[in-house]
Amino acid sequence: MFEKSVAELGRALAARQVSAVELAQLYLGRIERHRKLNAFLDVRPEVTLAQARAADARIGRGEATPLTGVPVAHKDIFVTRDFASTASSRMLGGYMSPFDATVVEKLARAGMVTLGKLNCDEFAMGSSNENSHYGNVLNPWDEAAVPGGSSGGSAAAVAARIAPAATATDTGGSIREPAAFSGITGIKPTYGRASRWGMIAFASSLDQAGIMTASAEDAALVFNAMLGFDAKDSTSVDKAPEDYTRDLGKGAKGLRIGVPKEFFGEGLQPDVEKAVREALGEYAKLGATLVDISLPNAALGIPVYYVIAPAECSSNLSRFDGVRYGHRAAKYADIDDMIRKSRAEGFGPEPRRRILIGTYVLSHGYYDAYYIQAQKVRRLIADEFQRAFRQCDVIAGPVTTSVAFGFGEKAADPVQMYLSDLYTIPGSLAGIPGMSIPCGFGAKNRPVGLQLMANYFEEAKLLGAAHQYQLATDWHKRIPAGFSQ
Amino acid sequence: MPLNPSDVTRIAQLARIEITESDAARTLAQLNDILGMIEQLQSVDTTGIEPMSHPLGGSQRLREDVAADASERDAMMKNAPAARDGLFLVPRVIE
Repeated sequence: MFEKSVAELGRALAARQVSAVELAQLYLGRIERHRKLNAFLDVRPEVTLAQARAADARIGRGEATPLTGVPVAHKDIFVTRDFASTASSRMLGGYMSPFDATVVEKLARAGMVTLGKLNCDEFAMGSSNENSHYGNVLNPWDEAAVPGGSSGGSAAAVAARIAPAATATDTGGSIREPAAFSGITGIKPTYGRASRWGMIAFASSLDQAGIMTASAEDAALVFNAMLGFDAKDSTSVDKAPEDYTRDLGKGAKGLRIGVPKEFFGEGLQPDVEKAVREALGEYAKLGATLVDISLPNAALGIPVYYVIAPAECSSNLSRFDGVRYGHRAAKYADIDDMIRKSRAEGFGPEPRRRILIGTYVLSHGYYDAYYIQAQKVRRLIADEFQRAFRQCDVIAGPVTTSVAFGFGEKAADPVQMYLSDLYTIPGSLAGIPGMSIPCGFGAKNRPVGLQLMANYFEEAKLLGAAHQYQLATDWHKRIPAGFSQ
Repeated sequence: MPLNPSDVTRIAQLARIEITESDAARTLAQLNDILGMIEQLQSVDTTGIEPMSHPLGGSQRLREDVAADASERDAMMKNAPAARDGLFLVPRVIE
């Protein structure tokens, strides 16, 4: 049953081939058996089983949605009433939210059953999951490899089939990069589609929730329940609900796929390039047209991002003062000392580094040179996407320059680590939807991801294009050895 | 222009994060690496380009200025490191 897709699980539940309680027990058992992955930070079987019983009752009443009774796990960046919400930080150890994030609430309303909370990089800052205060997550394909970050627990959980779906968030690539490293499907929608209410903030003009699943079809199904306007998020987009599955049946014939030459330059490893080129060849076989495009300033995405994201992070994380919630130092001289010590102890090295960078670029005398200049270059990059989309329907390329790297390989050098997001950051800065789908294996038999991006609000088209590839290939159905029983 | 150790101490003070001298020295090299990487933005010609603060532009939506229900006070106070009678406790700030 665990190898089944979200869509198949929903159908099995509706046909009473399995109950929600049985499914919850199955996945809880798998989570327990694979604890070594360190994907989950908080599991509370009594909460999960109570939700499953309610789902069964709802199915019995004939009031089920296609997702009722299907389990889901949440990245520990979404606050939840029934599970601790820590952002993988010491700062929020044991924090119990008085409310559920809108994304959590919407999926619960559709009847999805929560398996627990997933490990991630601290405050979603990182590309390898090595920045979690609660230890790193292992990559189910290769325990020597990082699962990617920041949504490493979400990616590993879906890859190991210890959850059929997992929420995640993407600020500069935190959905697509771990999806690629862990060989699963991950999508971030257009900025503003998913509510940020109850999503612990990192960089507010970039943060966007998305979903990780085995397939594009599953992602489309979950998006139908998860996305939509929320008055509680001031940057939520007020648009009518859509059916994100509507283009799944559309063939790839005539689809114009833009291939940015800047994504195939220096730094791209040959194994990743080979798998990505083969995937593009598969699309050509399906009748799509490959169009050469250019995103000349894409590489400036990294410096732009590392001004804007730390600036917004230093502002957002100023709320942690050891007064209303979060860690408070045990010993201090006065209130100022208390705040300084609480923040030094509560935040790990990466949030501290980003707060310092952000504080500096926003400080008097540097604001225009750094922050405003970065915002201007951000617009240059966003405009380039608009020019590119005049020539194509979707953009395709690699997600990362290499397959998953090993633990410790980049941990000592922040700038090397930041370069992990070279191909994902431009789309995040523009705010367009983007996804990663599995397209083969590279060095050391580690997974390779194909990145697909579409213009604003074209998630349905994007998911349709991904689904056509997944109808023709079976990379997304592969399960890592050790997790297939 | 690279930062020096006293810059790091000053920035940490602005950010309200305690930093020891040895930490500041270790952090200095990393911050300078990052700032060196960011520096390439200075050579980009952005004459006449409007800064982009939000992917979809437009102005911030505001809600009606009316009182909202905040009945979750007890649940919220439960996460406070120190609280009494519905108040957050902090070290004395007024002598």
